[in-house]
Amino acid sequence: MKRFWEIFGTSIGCKAVMAVTGLLLFLFVIAHLLGNLLVFAGQDALNDYAAKLQGLGAGLWIARLGLLAIFVVHIYAAFRLTRINALARPEPYQKEESINVTFASRQMLASGLVVLLFVIYHLLHFTLGVIDSGAFGRLDAKGRHDVYAMVVQGFQNPFLSLTYVFAMVVLGLHLWHGAPSLFQTLGLKHPAWETCIRRTCQTVVALVVLGNCLMPLSILFLHESFTSK
Amino acid sequence: MNFTLYIWRQRNAKSKGKMVRYRATDISPDMSFLEMLDKLNADLAAAGEEPVAFDHDCREGICGTCSLVVNGVAHGPQRATTVCQLHMRHFKEGQEIWIEPFRARAFPIVRDLVVDRSAFDRITQAGGFISANTGPAPDANSLLVPKEEVSTAMSAAACIGCGACVAACPNASAMLFVAAKISHLAHLPQGQPERRRRALSMVRAMDGEGFGNCTNHEECEAVCPKEISVRFIAEMNRDYLRAALTTAEPETAS
Repeated sequence: MKRFWEIFGTSIGCKAVMAVTGLLLFLFVIAHLLGNLLVFAGQDALNDYAAKLQGLGAGLWIARLGLLAIFVVHIYAAFRLTRINALARPEPYQKEESINVTFASRQMLASGLVVLLFVIYHLLHFTLGVIDSGAFGRLDAKGRHDVYAMVVQGFQNPFLSLTYVFAMVVLGLHLWHGAPSLFQTLGLKHPAWETCIRRTCQTVVALVVLGNCLMPLSILFLHESFTSK
Repeated sequence: MNFTLYIWRQRNAKSKGKMVRYRATDISPDMSFLEMLDKLNADLAAAGEEPVAFDHDCREGICGTCSLVVNGVAHGPQRATTVCQLHMRHFKEGQEIWIEPFRARAFPIVRDLVVDRSAFDRITQAGGFISANTGPAPDANSLLVPKEEVSTAMSAAACIGCGACVAACPNASAMLFVAAKISHLAHLPQGQPERRRRALSMVRAMDGEGFGNCTNHEECEAVCPKEISVRFIAEMNRDYLRAALTTAEPETAS
């Protein structure tokens, strides 16, 4: 463990921690999306999936706490590196011009903070039921937590729906730079593979954004086709 | 040709600098950027004003001494070119040209456009060498190195240590320079015995100088006069992480 902290204290070590936690969070986002897409399979499928997750008991809490720890480490590393970067150029250029810098690469901290705020908002909404509490905590015909009804009712609210869409676009922006970047940081780069890695990452990111936006938007505009029993 | 110049003037490391406007007149399009500044300085001296201090040495694009940020771009608008090899014909008649020093905490300004880049020397001293007696030149083909490895080592060794990568990086990170120095030796058989220790000590020295961290903007690669690829940064990361995770001696020992 001492070795870990020594490595974490160096520039490349801290970046590697950032990359590994980023990769784990990216994988979580993909898994989260795949589960949630069950909303298109109907009430029974989604509520069954939710009940199975709830049924994990201690496993669910281990996963939640693990995820929280990863998230906290990722954010801590981001602030630590950003602080060092800001100190490294105390006097800015009077005239600045960039060649390869993209909007996504420049706005990693801002997009990351938006994602953090969104995660809090999302937990308050669907996990704790603070936002839109009227739809929270109902049971379906089989006595399961009625996640389906909660989601369908929630996303019929244009404000809630569009907040999610906005947050997902920002998440996409963050991952657009972050996902290919993590391979570079971990040294997983080779001329034969770099184009493949970048395109695969960005395709997956585009699909994640698309999938995540599809849920609120289709419920908002086509809510008649989402019926609960 | 005539130009309006805005040049960073700063008396010494401690004083506060500012941009000062000058007129550069009767400039030949065939002059290099530094010759244009020579002309300006001659005119300033004739008028009894203090000439602008700037770094230069070989003026052939191989020594890495010249260090100007021209219109916001390290070494100016022409790719793969040091500012000493940039000619005034690449500018438009009457154009405004902003000239600033390389800016980084690790490159303190000495005067005007001159910065102290000895941080790079200290990083190189930390491990950018091979501790073995070279002896006389070995027999040809006694040490076989594949052509691809030689080419990769050579493209890293092309680094002239000018520091444009630091100047261009939004985080003032020196990772392209350090990566080039590490990879240059990591691709050759002579570099193998000290490969892990080199990566550990050079990265430690780099961190100690107060450079920022790479966030993969790849701005360094765009301004590098020797077109060093950011692939070498990935290689350095790999070498460093492998060494940091598996070397028996504690990382902090030097």
